[in-house]
Amino acid sequence: MYNEIIIAGFGGQGVLLAGTLVAQAAIEQDLHTTWFPSYGAEMRGGTANSTVVVSTDEIGSPLAFNPNALIALNEPSLNKFMPRMTEKSVIIANSSIIAQGTEYKIKPYFVPVTEIADKEIKNVKTANLVAVGALIKALEINCPADNKSDICELEKRVLTLKSALTACEKAFSSKPELVEINKKAIQAGYDYIK
Amino acid sequence: MKILMKGNIALCEGAVAAGIDAYFGYPITPQNEVPAYFSKKMVELNKVFVQAESEIAAANMVLGAAATGKRTMTSTSSPGMSLKQEAISYMAALQLPALIVNVQRGGPGLGNISGSQADYFQAVKGGGHGDYRLIVLAPNSAQEMYEFAYDSFDLAEKYRIPVLILTDGMIGQMMEPVELNKTPKKDFIEKDWALTACKGREPRSIKSLLMRDGVLEKHNINLQEKYKLISQNEVQYETYNTDNAEIIVIAYGISSRIAKSAVKLARQEGIKAGLLRPKTLWPFPSEIIKSLAKDGTKLLVAELSHGQMVEDVRLAVNGKVPVEFIGKAGGGVLSEQDLLNKIKNLK
Repeated sequence: MYNEIIIAGFGGQGVLLAGTLVAQAAIEQDLHTTWFPSYGAEMRGGTANSTVVVSTDEIGSPLAFNPNALIALNEPSLNKFMPRMTEKSVIIANSSIIAQGTEYKIKPYFVPVTEIADKEIKNVKTANLVAVGALIKALEINCPADNKSDICELEKRVLTLKSALTACEKAFSSKPELVEINKKAIQAGYDYIK
Repeated sequence: MKILMKGNIALCEGAVAAGIDAYFGYPITPQNEVPAYFSKKMVELNKVFVQAESEIAAANMVLGAAATGKRTMTSTSSPGMSLKQEAISYMAALQLPALIVNVQRGGPGLGNISGSQADYFQAVKGGGHGDYRLIVLAPNSAQEMYEFAYDSFDLAEKYRIPVLILTDGMIGQMMEPVELNKTPKKDFIEKDWALTACKGREPRSIKSLLMRDGVLEKHNINLQEKYKLISQNEVQYETYNTDNAEIIVIAYGISSRIAKSAVKLARQEGIKAGLLRPKTLWPFPSEIIKSLAKDGTKLLVAELSHGQMVEDVRLAVNGKVPVEFIGKAGGGVLSEQDLLNKIKNLK
């Protein structure tokens, strides 16, 4: 398994945190992982992104030269990273604030993560993790099992929902009251993709 | 248990485990996590943290603290490193052990805040004035940031020399799983040279102004003997698939990771490629490079600069085999594909 995942959006939408959660999920599965932020001049309202590499082998560059997954929480991010996507790339686009009319070279999974976070989870700040849940399901679907597949092999092929939920406990260990709500957000995103 | 943390934080954890007494620094991206961490941690540990008024002041505070025999460090990024050079030259002259960290960013000048490896010359060829050396360590992961910081204080004290960790914005800013597996150091042996107030004993002095006839000459000879000893004892490097390699990539820090991936890709395509990674940039692993430079072998140096370490590689092989170079600077990062293409062209 080798995944280069870009998570991008407005500063303040939690793209850095969402990235650390994905990296933590990789640790839960005993995989190699790196997380790299866009650091520096970004501020609330500007654009920000984080890149997470997840691999069964040791990782060279922490940058994504051939990203195979993208979470775009806003339209500028979708437009910025779309040119680097290939046919095999999996894209989650936040359809709460991205219009679905545009033709893109790779068709994203449109998921209204902001609405799901607001209405279902009752906390709009969890939109980032709704998107992470959706990405985990989408990667699962797009990485079909071979004939001999069983649950052990699933862990070798993709990040699992279980790892992401366990990662929540670590990522929010300093704010335990946020663990359950973020787990719910991941589950809601995961369940949205059919 | 592996904990997800930034390279910069792993470095701090290593220094704390090594028993650091005092941190002095001044903010600059991309190393700000380091002073931010110590501003909280040193209060908890009841040790010293000072945000100085400038990089120059911070480096001189390290000099002062080191003279008392305490474990001390400073960290900065490239433009700040230029400012610290005067104090570093003095510390080399005074034979003071300390840790200095340069999380390199793009230069010259104020440059930008992207990762870079363009301060190699400054790190290994002096930087400040006079005939001196620093031990220069080049970690290539968050785990090594932890381990090298942990080891650097012992190394510095063993030889009474400042140790420089030369890293970059990518290693510093990147998060990776880190195992904090080192035993915290404590109960240090008292140093017979430290300035600790001389009540009840002969006064000691530490100075670098040596005006009397022949004294400075003798001091320089002593320093050179020490540097020779370090060159013999402290070279560290990693080799990967070099045994039957026809093309050997030589890279340190972040470039070495990209190089290793490129070497793996080349091997998949049947090209006999290997990697040599210096972990110490000074002393430089010249001997192993010389021994790898067999007839028919080609060396390829990869750096995030326009060619600095490549000069030391060329000196090591002394014209015996071709030494090629690939590099990017000013925020550009080599990709695995860039390196693979270069390797294929050399084939």
